[in-house]
Amino acid sequence: MTLLTQKRAPRAQKETHRIRGKVHLREYLMGWLFVGPFGIVFLAFLIAPLAYALYLSLFQKKLIGGTSFVLFDNYVKAFTDPSFLSGVWFVFRFSLVAIPLQIVIALAMALILDAVTTRFTRFSRLLIFLPYAIPTVIGAVMWGFLYSKGFGPLTDIFGLFGATAPDFLGSNLIFYGLLNVVTWQWAGYYMIILYAALQGVDPSLYEAARMDGAGRWQIALRIKIPLIAPALILILVFSLIGTLQFFNEPQILRYLAAGTIGTDFTPNMYAYQQAFSLANFNYGSTISFALGGVVFICVYAFLFFTRKRRSFL
Amino acid sequence: MKRKQILATVAMLAAGAGLAACSDGGGGGSDASNCTNTITKKDLPAVTMWGWYPNMQLVVDNFNKQNDEVQVCWTNVGQGGDEYDKFQTAISAGTGAPDVIMVEADRIPTFQIQGALVDIKQYGFDAVKANYSEGAWKDVSVGDAVYGVPVDGGPMGMIYRKDIFDKYKITPPKTWAEYEQAAQKVKDAGGPLFGDLGANVPAVLMALQIQKGATPFTFDPAQPNAIGVKLNDQASKDVLDYWGGLAKKGLVGTQNQFTPEYISGVINGDYATYISAAWAPGYLTGAGVGKGQDTGKFAVAPLPQWDPANPVQVNWGGSAFSVTKQAKKPELAAKVAYGLYADKESLTDGWTNQIIFPLNLTALKDPAFVDLKVAFFGGQQANKEVYVPAADAYQGVQYAPFGQYYLDAMEKQVSEIIKGSVTGSQAADRLQEDVTKYAKEQGFTVQ
Repeated sequence: MTLLTQKRAPRAQKETHRIRGKVHLREYLMGWLFVGPFGIVFLAFLIAPLAYALYLSLFQKKLIGGTSFVLFDNYVKAFTDPSFLSGVWFVFRFSLVAIPLQIVIALAMALILDAVTTRFTRFSRLLIFLPYAIPTVIGAVMWGFLYSKGFGPLTDIFGLFGATAPDFLGSNLIFYGLLNVVTWQWAGYYMIILYAALQGVDPSLYEAARMDGAGRWQIALRIKIPLIAPALILILVFSLIGTLQFFNEPQILRYLAAGTIGTDFTPNMYAYQQAFSLANFNYGSTISFALGGVVFICVYAFLFFTRKRRSFL
Repeated sequence: MKRKQILATVAMLAAGAGLAACSDGGGGGSDASNCTNTITKKDLPAVTMWGWYPNMQLVVDNFNKQNDEVQVCWTNVGQGGDEYDKFQTAISAGTGAPDVIMVEADRIPTFQIQGALVDIKQYGFDAVKANYSEGAWKDVSVGDAVYGVPVDGGPMGMIYRKDIFDKYKITPPKTWAEYEQAAQKVKDAGGPLFGDLGANVPAVLMALQIQKGATPFTFDPAQPNAIGVKLNDQASKDVLDYWGGLAKKGLVGTQNQFTPEYISGVINGDYATYISAAWAPGYLTGAGVGKGQDTGKFAVAPLPQWDPANPVQVNWGGSAFSVTKQAKKPELAAKVAYGLYADKESLTDGWTNQIIFPLNLTALKDPAFVDLKVAFFGGQQANKEVYVPAADAYQGVQYAPFGQYYLDAMEKQVSEIIKGSVTGSQAADRLQEDVTKYAKEQGFTVQ
């Protein structure tokens, strides 16, 4: 057997090599064929626009004098621009309040829905998730009308008790007005992610915990939450990225909130204004990239500090 | 294995075809197959047009019916700022703009300086020159070149609620001092707000500043690199202080205008006056104001003055049709710009519904127009009493070539006044600083 193989080896090896090469090539091509559609879309709709925006951000276009290459001048301007900096400060403050609030609500609801199993569980889950299914624009317009002094219900409800309704579209309370809209919209979505993670926990762990004398609270705090920590970190990163790029809700509510929300309220709105109403695409791209930098730093810092707990990402 | 390969290939091709399809649909504004109106004479060349007059459909149909040379393909891409944003994007992209566009006269320098508009003097200007006053042409010209065909103007007046004025026994104020006194009187008697300071209508405040003698911008087309910016002179400060004071004392509201909130307030009788232009009644009617039991409750009086011995009349809004650089056949587009909204039928519909204050002299001098008893004002001869004299006395304004930035910056400062974080004078100083800085950044020499 051995001899035989050895004898035949040169030819056979050559042949298998050739066949294998053919298979390799074919597999290789097939691989590209499968990756191809994604690759093209990825290049055309993500990498190319990003590269173009970066390219734009290195130029300056003036009404008088035309376009000139300025390297990082736009970035220097952005990081000394009070409009951009106050926008970043706002979304940063907003994230500090909004994200913990959303996560606590989502976590509480997920734990309750996981622990309680009655007929209404599925129904409640659907109801809590429902706001996420409503398009942001419609949600924002709806809340704008609810907050409205002229025809919102708040005025009537507070009027019953002889009090003046709080103006959530005024400059003092707009922070909380937006906080409410965002929490309403996203808490249900985060709840679903956490709930799904809870469903993946092996129930025998609970049984073991109970045998060891753990109560419901202890199971929730010491078994469930640590086990879904990766999912918690995932939604934290999601919400951090989303909140720093805050755009839709303030952009829509600014038409209802008299002068409370300026065109530079958040960095993304400022980039939009620069690019699309002042035709300053160069500076608009710069702001987008600068914001991208801020988001990257925040997310990286966050992941760095939670590195022991994450299993994916 | 075979089947999978076939499937993969098919999927790949489908994705490719999808991408190809994407790149197909990007025709944008110059695509004539996407009109809001229906073109019946399909074999004629079509000119694309953007506009937002409330009776645009009728105007376009009239033009198309009467014309055997060219047809208009109209799209309403939004009112004012929304349209300008889209046009601005199309200018920057170099594609996607319509052939003809409705613009307010104060925006013409902004688009002209970017080379986005066509000088239409060479395309039959002499034939229509006599149809408009010199002042009307001046507002749409930069230097000797003409960049638009005027349609309507916005002579300003004080619209007020007769029922509220009667109830609190006040007569229309003739000066701004009287305006404040009347406002105080109504407030003391527990009445509604007297007016509104809207952050989103900075053009009104600009007009009121000009009324007091401000000249925000001086600009000589022969020297396009230099511009004079004077936004914090005493007149400008006085007007902002005045309105800031009214808001602080709770005499006027601070609601953004043209919003559902504001309109519901107007319908509700929350505002005794509305400082606005001649085209306002049409927009208010369209939004449901002055209907049903409110019919005829409104009236109009001349704009209050600072110095009644030397009255100054000002203008808010008013639009023109311009031909864009992206028009493939500028001559054909100019025909549309000259002819659209210039026929008697359209003009009559416009002024009877108070949608436009016509600048076309055939309408402006028409006794039927001048003597019209306006239904919105309960039969008051508003044109004769208020708007025509205001339009006749209007002297024209020099607008900035960066109008969008100026108005955005002004809106920001007015918001600050409303919040109470700055006084009117401080806001004027900040505005001056902000706009000067921008002008310098844009390469202008600021004087």
